Amino acid sequence: MTQRIVTGAHYGLRDWLAQRITAVIMAVYSVMAVVVFLSNKSMTYPVWRDLFSQGWMRVATLLFMASLAWHAWVGVRDILMDYVKAAGLRLALEVLVLLTIAAYVGWTIQILWR
Amino acid sequence: MSEAAVKTVRKHRPKYLNLPALIFEIRLPLPGWISILHRISGALLFVALVWLLWMLDRSLASEAAFSKIKHYAGLWPVKLSLLVLVWAYCHHFFAGIRYLFLDLDKGIDLATARLTSWLVLASSLATTAFLAWKIW
Repeated sequence: MTQRIVTGAHYGLRDWLAQRITAVIMAVYSVMAVVVFLSNKSMTYPVWRDLFSQGWMRVATLLFMASLAWHAWVGVRDILMDYVKAAGLRLALEVLVLLTIAAYVGWTIQILWR
Repeated sequence: MSEAAVKTVRKHRPKYLNLPALIFEIRLPLPGWISILHRISGALLFVALVWLLWMLDRSLASEAAFSKIKHYAGLWPVKLSLLVLVWAYCHHFFAGIRYLFLDLDKGIDLATARLTSWLVLASSLATTAFLAWKIW
Protein backbone atom coordinates (compact mmCIF):
# COMPACT_ATOMS: atom_id res chain seq x y z
CA MET A 1 0.00 0.00 0.00
CA THR A 2 1.42 3.33 -1.01
CA GLN A 3 0.48 6.50 0.76
CA ARG A 4 1.70 9.60 -0.96
CA ILE A 5 1.51 12.93 0.76
CA VAL A 6 2.98 14.85 -2.12
CA THR A 7 1.36 13.84 -5.38
CA GLY A 8 2.25 14.69 -8.94
CA ALA A 9 3.47 13.15 -12.15
CA HIS A 10 6.92 11.49 -12.07
CA TYR A 11 7.53 12.82 -8.60
CA GLY A 12 11.18 12.32 -7.72
CA LEU A 13 12.28 11.07 -11.12
CA ARG A 14 13.98 14.32 -12.06
CA ASP A 15 16.06 14.38 -8.87
CA TRP A 16 16.93 10.71 -9.26
CA LEU A 17 18.14 11.31 -12.80
CA ALA A 18 19.90 14.56 -11.89
CA GLN A 19 21.84 12.81 -9.14
CA ARG A 20 23.17 10.31 -11.67
CA ILE A 21 24.01 12.85 -14.38
CA THR A 22 25.82 15.12 -11.90
CA ALA A 23 27.67 12.05 -10.60
CA VAL A 24 29.04 11.37 -14.09
CA ILE A 25 30.09 15.04 -14.51
CA MET A 26 31.92 14.97 -11.16
CA ALA A 27 33.55 11.62 -11.95
CA VAL A 28 34.93 12.98 -15.24
CA TYR A 29 36.20 16.13 -13.49
CA SER A 30 37.79 14.06 -10.70
CA VAL A 31 39.79 11.90 -13.08
CA MET A 32 40.84 14.98 -15.07
CA ALA A 33 41.84 16.85 -11.88
CA VAL A 34 43.92 13.96 -10.54
CA VAL A 35 45.75 13.65 -13.88
CA VAL A 36 46.39 17.42 -14.02
CA PHE A 37 47.53 17.65 -10.36
CA LEU A 38 49.82 14.63 -10.60
CA SER A 39 51.35 15.74 -13.90
CA ASN A 40 53.07 18.58 -12.03
CA LYS A 41 56.22 17.42 -10.31
CA SER A 42 56.00 19.78 -7.36
CA MET A 43 52.94 21.81 -6.47
CA THR A 44 54.28 25.31 -5.83
CA TYR A 45 52.17 28.44 -5.52
CA PRO A 46 52.84 29.74 -9.09
CA VAL A 47 51.88 26.35 -10.57
CA TRP A 48 48.73 26.17 -8.41
CA ARG A 49 47.72 29.78 -9.15
CA ASP A 50 48.34 29.48 -12.90
CA LEU A 51 46.28 26.30 -13.02
CA PHE A 52 43.26 28.02 -11.49
CA SER A 53 43.75 31.21 -13.53
CA GLN A 54 43.02 29.38 -16.78
CA GLY A 55 39.52 29.86 -18.14
CA TRP A 56 38.77 26.20 -18.81
CA MET A 57 39.86 25.18 -15.30
CA ARG A 58 37.65 27.85 -13.72
CA VAL A 59 34.64 26.85 -15.80
CA ALA A 60 35.25 23.12 -15.22
CA THR A 61 35.59 23.65 -11.48
CA LEU A 62 32.43 25.74 -11.39
CA LEU A 63 30.58 23.01 -13.34
CA PHE A 64 31.90 20.51 -10.80
CA MET A 65 30.64 22.66 -7.94
CA ALA A 66 27.24 23.17 -9.56
CA SER A 67 26.96 19.39 -10.03
CA LEU A 68 28.04 18.83 -6.45
CA ALA A 69 25.41 21.28 -5.23
CA TRP A 70 22.56 19.45 -6.94
CA HIS A 71 23.98 15.99 -6.15
CA ALA A 72 24.53 16.78 -2.47
CA TRP A 73 21.08 18.33 -2.19
CA VAL A 74 19.41 15.12 -3.39
CA GLY A 75 21.66 12.99 -1.17
CA VAL A 76 21.26 15.02 2.00
CA ARG A 77 17.51 15.30 1.43
CA ASP A 78 17.34 11.49 1.14
CA ILE A 79 19.18 11.16 4.45
CA LEU A 80 16.86 13.68 6.14
CA MET A 81 13.79 11.87 4.78
CA ASP A 82 15.08 8.60 6.24
CA TYR A 83 16.07 9.76 9.71
CA VAL A 84 14.22 12.99 10.55
CA LYS A 85 10.56 12.11 10.93
CA ALA A 86 9.22 15.35 12.42
CA ALA A 87 7.99 17.39 9.44
CA GLY A 88 8.79 20.80 10.91
CA LEU A 89 12.34 19.90 11.89
CA ARG A 90 12.93 18.22 8.55
CA LEU A 91 11.73 21.28 6.65
CA ALA A 92 13.92 23.55 8.78
CA LEU A 93 16.97 21.34 8.14
CA GLU A 94 16.20 21.19 4.42
CA VAL A 95 16.04 24.96 4.19
CA LEU A 96 19.30 25.19 6.14
CA VAL A 97 20.99 22.72 3.78
CA LEU A 98 19.72 24.60 0.69
CA LEU A 99 20.98 27.93 2.03
CA THR A 100 24.34 26.35 2.90
CA ILE A 101 24.70 24.85 -0.58
CA ALA A 102 23.79 28.16 -2.22
CA ALA A 103 26.40 29.90 -0.08
CA TYR A 104 29.03 27.31 -1.10
CA VAL A 105 28.34 27.93 -4.79
CA GLY A 106 28.64 31.68 -4.26
CA TRP A 107 31.87 31.20 -2.34
CA THR A 108 33.28 28.97 -5.09
CA ILE A 109 32.64 31.69 -7.70
CA GLN A 110 34.39 34.16 -5.42
CA ILE A 111 37.38 31.84 -5.00
CA LEU A 112 37.71 31.13 -8.72
CA TRP A 113 37.24 34.70 -10.00
CA ARG A 114 38.93 36.78 -7.37
CA MET B 1 -9.86 -0.70 0.97
CA SER B 2 -11.02 1.33 3.94
CA GLU B 3 -8.70 2.19 6.82
CA ALA B 4 -10.51 -0.21 9.18
CA ALA B 5 -10.28 -3.11 6.76
CA VAL B 6 -6.54 -2.49 6.33
CA LYS B 7 -6.03 -2.64 10.08
CA THR B 8 -7.66 -6.04 10.48
CA VAL B 9 -5.70 -7.51 7.58
CA ARG B 10 -2.33 -6.22 8.81
CA LYS B 11 -0.55 -8.80 10.93
CA HIS B 12 1.24 -7.92 14.12
CA ARG B 13 4.73 -9.17 13.48
CA PRO B 14 7.33 -9.21 16.26
CA LYS B 15 9.93 -6.45 16.04
CA TYR B 16 13.47 -7.62 16.45
CA LEU B 17 15.51 -4.50 15.93
CA ASN B 18 17.10 -3.70 19.27
CA LEU B 19 20.68 -2.42 19.22
CA PRO B 20 22.50 -5.61 20.36
CA ALA B 21 20.62 -7.60 17.74
CA LEU B 22 21.59 -5.07 15.07
CA ILE B 23 25.24 -5.22 16.09
CA PHE B 24 25.77 -8.89 16.93
CA GLU B 25 23.05 -10.94 15.31
CA ILE B 26 21.82 -9.35 12.11
CA ARG B 27 24.76 -9.60 9.74
CA LEU B 28 24.82 -6.98 7.04
CA PRO B 29 25.92 -8.59 3.76
CA LEU B 30 28.87 -7.04 1.92
CA PRO B 31 26.79 -5.12 -0.65
CA GLY B 32 24.92 -3.70 2.36
CA TRP B 33 28.20 -2.45 3.80
CA ILE B 34 29.05 -0.80 0.48
CA SER B 35 25.65 0.87 0.60
CA ILE B 36 25.86 2.25 4.14
CA LEU B 37 29.48 3.32 3.58
CA HIS B 38 28.31 5.13 0.44
CA ARG B 39 25.84 7.08 2.56
CA ILE B 40 28.30 7.73 5.40
CA SER B 41 31.06 8.85 3.04
CA GLY B 42 28.64 11.15 1.22
CA ALA B 43 27.44 12.74 4.45
CA LEU B 44 31.04 13.11 5.63
CA LEU B 45 32.10 14.82 2.41
CA PHE B 46 29.17 17.23 2.61
CA VAL B 47 30.00 18.16 6.22
CA ALA B 48 33.70 18.57 5.35
CA LEU B 49 32.98 20.69 2.27
CA VAL B 50 33.19 23.96 4.18
CA TRP B 51 36.67 23.04 5.42
CA LEU B 52 37.87 21.96 1.96
CA LEU B 53 36.51 25.17 0.39
CA TRP B 54 38.27 27.19 3.07
CA MET B 55 41.57 25.48 2.25
CA LEU B 56 41.05 26.09 -1.49
CA ASP B 57 40.24 29.72 -0.73
CA ARG B 58 43.39 30.22 1.37
CA SER B 59 45.65 28.31 -1.02
CA LEU B 60 44.72 30.63 -3.88
CA ALA B 61 44.76 33.84 -1.83
CA SER B 62 48.50 34.61 -1.86
CA GLU B 63 51.97 33.05 -1.78
CA ALA B 64 52.14 33.43 2.00
CA ALA B 65 48.67 31.96 2.56
CA PHE B 66 49.61 29.06 0.26
CA SER B 67 52.69 28.24 2.36
CA LYS B 68 50.62 28.45 5.52
CA ILE B 69 48.06 26.00 4.15
CA LYS B 70 50.85 23.69 2.96
CA HIS B 71 52.29 23.68 6.47
CA TYR B 72 48.80 23.26 7.98
CA ALA B 73 48.09 20.27 5.71
CA GLY B 74 51.29 18.65 6.98
CA LEU B 75 50.16 18.59 10.63
CA TRP B 76 49.25 15.05 11.56
CA PRO B 77 45.61 15.60 12.68
CA VAL B 78 44.96 17.52 9.46
CA LYS B 79 46.78 14.88 7.42
CA LEU B 80 44.75 12.12 9.05
CA SER B 81 41.46 13.96 8.44
CA LEU B 82 42.40 14.59 4.81
CA LEU B 83 43.30 10.92 4.42
CA VAL B 84 39.85 9.93 5.70
CA LEU B 85 38.25 12.39 3.27
CA VAL B 86 40.34 11.06 0.36
CA TRP B 87 39.13 7.56 1.25
CA ALA B 88 35.52 8.83 1.54
CA TYR B 89 35.81 10.41 -1.91
CA CYS B 90 37.32 7.26 -3.43
CA HIS B 91 34.71 5.01 -1.85
CA HIS B 92 31.87 7.29 -2.95
CA PHE B 93 33.40 7.39 -6.45
CA PHE B 94 33.80 3.64 -6.95
CA ALA B 95 30.59 2.63 -5.15
CA GLY B 96 28.80 5.29 -7.21
CA ILE B 97 30.08 3.82 -10.47
CA ARG B 98 28.85 0.42 -9.24
CA TYR B 99 25.38 1.90 -8.60
CA LEU B 100 25.30 3.44 -12.07
CA PHE B 101 25.83 -0.05 -13.51
CA LEU B 102 23.20 -1.51 -11.15
CA ASP B 103 20.78 1.15 -12.40
CA LEU B 104 21.39 -0.17 -15.90
CA ASP B 105 20.61 -3.71 -14.66
CA LYS B 106 24.25 -4.71 -15.01
CA GLY B 107 25.73 -6.98 -12.34
CA ILE B 108 22.57 -7.51 -10.30
CA ASP B 109 22.93 -11.27 -9.75
CA LEU B 110 24.25 -12.18 -6.32
CA ALA B 111 27.67 -13.52 -7.34
CA THR B 112 28.49 -10.49 -9.49
CA ALA B 113 27.10 -8.05 -6.90
CA ARG B 114 29.40 -9.57 -4.25
CA LEU B 115 32.39 -9.54 -6.57
CA THR B 116 31.86 -5.88 -7.53
CA SER B 117 31.46 -5.03 -3.83
CA TRP B 118 34.91 -6.47 -3.15
CA LEU B 119 36.22 -4.59 -6.17
CA VAL B 120 34.81 -1.31 -4.79
CA LEU B 121 36.46 -1.88 -1.40
CA ALA B 122 39.78 -2.87 -2.95
CA SER B 123 39.92 -0.07 -5.52
CA SER B 124 38.94 2.65 -3.06
CA LEU B 125 41.61 1.53 -0.57
CA ALA B 126 44.23 1.13 -3.30
CA THR B 127 43.44 4.55 -4.80
CA THR B 128 43.53 6.15 -1.34
CA ALA B 129 46.95 4.60 -0.73
CA PHE B 130 48.18 5.72 -4.17
CA LEU B 131 46.95 9.31 -3.72
CA ALA B 132 48.36 9.49 -0.18
CA TRP B 133 51.73 8.31 -1.51
CA LYS B 134 51.60 10.88 -4.33
CA ILE B 135 50.48 13.80 -2.17
CA TRP B 136 52.83 13.26 0.79
